[in-house]
Amino acid sequence: MRRVSAQSLIWALAILLPVAALVSMTVGTVNISLADALSAVAGSSVNQQTDTILFDIRLPRILLAIFVGAVLASTGAVMQGLFRNPLADPSLIGVSSGASVGASLMIVTAGGFIQSGALVGLSLVAVGAFVGGFAATLLVYRLATSGIGTSVTTMLLAGIAIGALAGALNSLLSYFSDNDMLRQISLWQMGNLSGASWLKVSIMGAVAIFLMLLFPRESKALNALLLGESEARHLGIDVQRVKRRLIVLTALGVGVSVALAGLVGFVGLIMPHIVRLAIGPDHRWLVPGSALAGATLLVIADSLARIVVIPAELPTGILTALLGAPFFVALLLQQRKDV
Amino acid sequence: MTMFADNISLHLSGFDLLRNISLEVEAGAVTAIVGPNGAGKSSLLKVLTGEITATRGDVYLNQRELTHWPLLDRAQMLAVLPQHTLLNFPFTADEVVGLGRIPHQTGVTKDNQIITQALDLVDASYLQKRFYTQMSGGEKQRVQLARVLAQIWQPSDHGEQFLVLDEPTSAFDLSHQQLTLDIVRQLAERGVGVLMVVHDLNLAARCADNLVVFDGGVIAAQGKPKDILSEQLIDKVFGVKSIISQHPVTKRPLVIV
Repeated sequence: MRRVSAQSLIWALAILLPVAALVSMTVGTVNISLADALSAVAGSSVNQQTDTILFDIRLPRILLAIFVGAVLASTGAVMQGLFRNPLADPSLIGVSSGASVGASLMIVTAGGFIQSGALVGLSLVAVGAFVGGFAATLLVYRLATSGIGTSVTTMLLAGIAIGALAGALNSLLSYFSDNDMLRQISLWQMGNLSGASWLKVSIMGAVAIFLMLLFPRESKALNALLLGESEARHLGIDVQRVKRRLIVLTALGVGVSVALAGLVGFVGLIMPHIVRLAIGPDHRWLVPGSALAGATLLVIADSLARIVVIPAELPTGILTALLGAPFFVALLLQQRKDV
Repeated sequence: MTMFADNISLHLSGFDLLRNISLEVEAGAVTAIVGPNGAGKSSLLKVLTGEITATRGDVYLNQRELTHWPLLDRAQMLAVLPQHTLLNFPFTADEVVGLGRIPHQTGVTKDNQIITQALDLVDASYLQKRFYTQMSGGEKQRVQLARVLAQIWQPSDHGEQFLVLDEPTSAFDLSHQQLTLDIVRQLAERGVGVLMVVHDLNLAARCADNLVVFDGGVIAAQGKPKDILSEQLIDKVFGVKSIISQHPVTKRPLVIV
């Protein structure tokens, strides 16, 4: 397959993302004209109602989509590099399944408090998801680490084992929950950005910026790791330290994303893959390219989620898969034709 | 200045893989290791390059313990080409060779120049923009060879340089085998110490200054090829009857089996 130059793809996405975000401001149950949205963003008030919709509902939601999309896709690219497997994604290290259990546990045990008992303004569910996700990753990492280092293969297997265990716990919790809880659990698992608030945006934004600042420092190491661990070591890379760092950063990024937006699938697996098909596996471009592409996909998916079943809304996670999967299949077919 | 294994033993999961091995790889010379399958050649390479730690004994690189060198300094002095490299990502050939420049801070222009020259040296210029995943076995191995050459392309400030090759010619046709030996000799003339495992005794006899014959985890013989290659040795180590003759042109030993 012919490659696109990395710079031109990144420029294209850097233009597409703000355009998509701006268009996204205008769509939803209440239509707002592009002119109104533009002038509101520029700082001049349109009217009370429009301002409220734009600044209290849509803007935080769009920003949350950008940050969550960027974090999921860039950590996906990093995990695929670390595991030397283009089909890896952050859920492989247990973070999603652990978060799922944490969230379900909170919904089932603390169901009554969820509406009233907010912890620092964040729901208990988010805290449960983050703690669950981080704990599961830590467990998977410990299982795979011995005196001689962390085995990527063992980690993959441990991730599958912990995932299965978490799945069973989740089913158990679902079994004991009533109809209302069941609905909450399954909605949470579909991934949803509708609960966006400025607090969530600032937490997610801080995490996203932190990751974007630290990932570029590891991109050469990730490139070397594609050759294999001992080859990377011979190229002067401290493999164990790089692995630990990237796993902690991924657990942090995905843990917070999942806590704030639920399980938004597909972005972390497919976006890096699509970007790699376009510009090649060099992580210096692949990681930022994936971040931009993931952010753009999530903004578009979330806009559609708001309008396809007006006046109701679909969970965003459904749309990401509905949009991305056919696109990915089309790419695969084209690649098959080219070879 | 040398790469030096001092009385090394390696004991792994109940097996004595290496027993009391002392080996000196000199800068500016080619050392070749031969021996039957499972004799411990690859284990020795792994110990010498720091991939596994010896049960007993130490490895020194330029008079300093290998593990005491900072990783980056070490990577500027010691390049290693494994027997197989599994790379399943569609890098182009020049990107793969570029990975060899990771330990250096010479800048993009200089790196690109080195990448082009290294690919040219291994007769792989025509592969430059081709995808690694779509190359033949021999082409892949040549690109990997170019990668380790790029890694030690310029002399290092930290000390003499060494190149370790594990069966570098196994995937090559005759002309590329010859090319590899020429490259190895050139490197030695430039002052690089080359250590390579080979299976072809004649190939080893032709290019090695120091030949190490390995058998059952110990060194059976070591020295100049013409001094140590004998019919008895080959019978004892490989269990094969042979005749040792002399190459009419190079005057090096020629093993006929």
